[in-house]
Amino acid sequence: MGARVDVTPAAADLIRSLRGQHGPLMFHQSGGCCDGSAPMCYPEGEFRTGGSDVLLEELHIEGVAEPVSFWMSTSQFEAWRHTHLTVDVVPGRGSGFSLEAPEGVRFLIRSRILTPEELAALPS
Amino acid sequence: MAIYSPPGSDGAVVSYESRYDHWIGGEYVPPVKGQYFENPSPVNGQNFCEIARGTADDVERALDAAHGAADAWGRTSVSERANILNKIADRMEANLEQLAVAETWENGKPVRETMAADIPLAIDHFRYFAGALRAQEGTLGEIDDDTVAYHFHEPLGVVAQIIPWNFPILMAVWKLAPALAAGNAVVLKPAEQTPASIHFWMSLIADLLPPGVVNIVNGFGVEAGKPLASSNRVAKVAFTGETTTGRLIMQYASENIIPVTLELGGKSPNIFFDDVSAQDDDFMDKALEGFSMFALNQGEVCTCPSRALIQQGHYSDFLAAGVKRVENMKQGNPLDTDTQVGAQASNDQLEKILSYFDIGRQEGAKVLIGGARADLGGDLAGGYYVQPTVFEGANSMRIFQEEIFGPVVSVTSFSDYADAIKTANDTLYGLGAGLWTRDMNTAYRAGRAIKAGRVWTNCYHLYPAHAAFGGYKQSGIGRENHKMMLDHYQQTKNLLVSYSPKAMGFF
Repeated sequence: MGARVDVTPAAADLIRSLRGQHGPLMFHQSGGCCDGSAPMCYPEGEFRTGGSDVLLEELHIEGVAEPVSFWMSTSQFEAWRHTHLTVDVVPGRGSGFSLEAPEGVRFLIRSRILTPEELAALPS
Repeated sequence: MAIYSPPGSDGAVVSYESRYDHWIGGEYVPPVKGQYFENPSPVNGQNFCEIARGTADDVERALDAAHGAADAWGRTSVSERANILNKIADRMEANLEQLAVAETWENGKPVRETMAADIPLAIDHFRYFAGALRAQEGTLGEIDDDTVAYHFHEPLGVVAQIIPWNFPILMAVWKLAPALAAGNAVVLKPAEQTPASIHFWMSLIADLLPPGVVNIVNGFGVEAGKPLASSNRVAKVAFTGETTTGRLIMQYASENIIPVTLELGGKSPNIFFDDVSAQDDDFMDKALEGFSMFALNQGEVCTCPSRALIQQGHYSDFLAAGVKRVENMKQGNPLDTDTQVGAQASNDQLEKILSYFDIGRQEGAKVLIGGARADLGGDLAGGYYVQPTVFEGANSMRIFQEEIFGPVVSVTSFSDYADAIKTANDTLYGLGAGLWTRDMNTAYRAGRAIKAGRVWTNCYHLYPAHAAFGGYKQSGIGRENHKMMLDHYQQTKNLLVSYSPKAMGFF
């Protein structure tokens, strides 16, 4: 189970399927309007991360050989760091350039507050 | 009161086709791969047409058509182009009701908004850029007695435009009007959530434009948007959406060394100083309407005033009066001319808003009204409706920091001017802001101190052409809705001319 990011079984299924079609994957959490707040899923390396991003988690998905990285911009992380994220999937049309949209589904973030114990155990 | 019949039904003022292909080179072209996707109406969740599922091959065909048309279009006289834009506006005006109902059916927004705002603004936008183009002049600089620098405006050529789903026609027009005025050919990709209304628009005006000047490729972002945005055959990309896709588009643009304009949203503060409540008069009434503006277009506006900052002196009374306004909002069938709050544009949008209700409550924000999905029953049972919602909390909470894009406002208080500005600016974004005060000095100072591209002062949610619209900070790059957008679609050609017959003397 990810300390900062986890996935639901339905999301794990979708990740496995997308991995089969597109190869190794990554997520970058979006912000802003329209489809903001959506975790965007890309082929690994498609989205260039850099010094303005934080790697929140290396997601280990059963049946996927390599970890799936989950990124967020550093500035956005400041507002999100007290919350634990779960990648879920819902029916939807999707948007942006995220890989799942043509499947008629959409990744969605669900959040909960990290407990003081969990926060203490996390690297700052 | 009137209730419009759903498009295509008995008594409807407008009908959609059952299928839309790509509009390329002035005709409908089926997708190379032969695939289509269903397009549901958020009003009832039912599919009403199918849409071509475009891929890179379709994008290439559209780019071929655009390149074929760009040179001739770019050489038309400014009066010719301006006249065409004016004719498009006239045609839209003559079909305003049909356009409004079509857009409402596809997007879920109340028809009184499409009738009074979306479509009239789109019409005016074409006229504005027709006028701006006619009045645009190059410059000349007299370098010295014999040397003159002339500056001409030239079109970029073929540009890519990726349109959001919250104002399917108006946001397309914000991009199309300046691009066409400036003499560019366009390949446009509508949002996959709202792909059809732009085709209805095209059906009205297609005869006014030369083939290939505007091409519409439908499809999903990853399959059609990406090949368009990353193409080395476009001279510029314009995008409205969110930050991650905005960065990706900039990244693709960097590979091709082309400019982008981006509008990526905000988390707009709406500031109410104590003196607003000094009198119970028209202005107070207007300010309370201003508070309620978060529900306009179901909050699906990049400048939704989704953070209300209320000064402590009148906090409780003003907030109570604001909540009362929200209580009185009429939510219902978007096709009913009395409806003030309609449906969210898509199921995933609905789900996202509900996920923010959850985290808002977990963080300890108090729900003053709303806070749940609205089940309107009957024919609307399958639609995507959310109750207008007021949260009370602190600016550090995620519901204060992220654009929920729903009819949701997060309210907090501030002590004094400095606290107001600090809280207003404590956001990653800087697209819009509102401020309300009877003191013109406070209004001026606060307006200048807020780091946002648009500060509505004693008003909100006005979008007239000729008022520049665009973001500070992570809200994007460029200013739409103003003649300066012409510059974003033009090259500058400098002719440096010597009128001296004499050699310079170097060799």
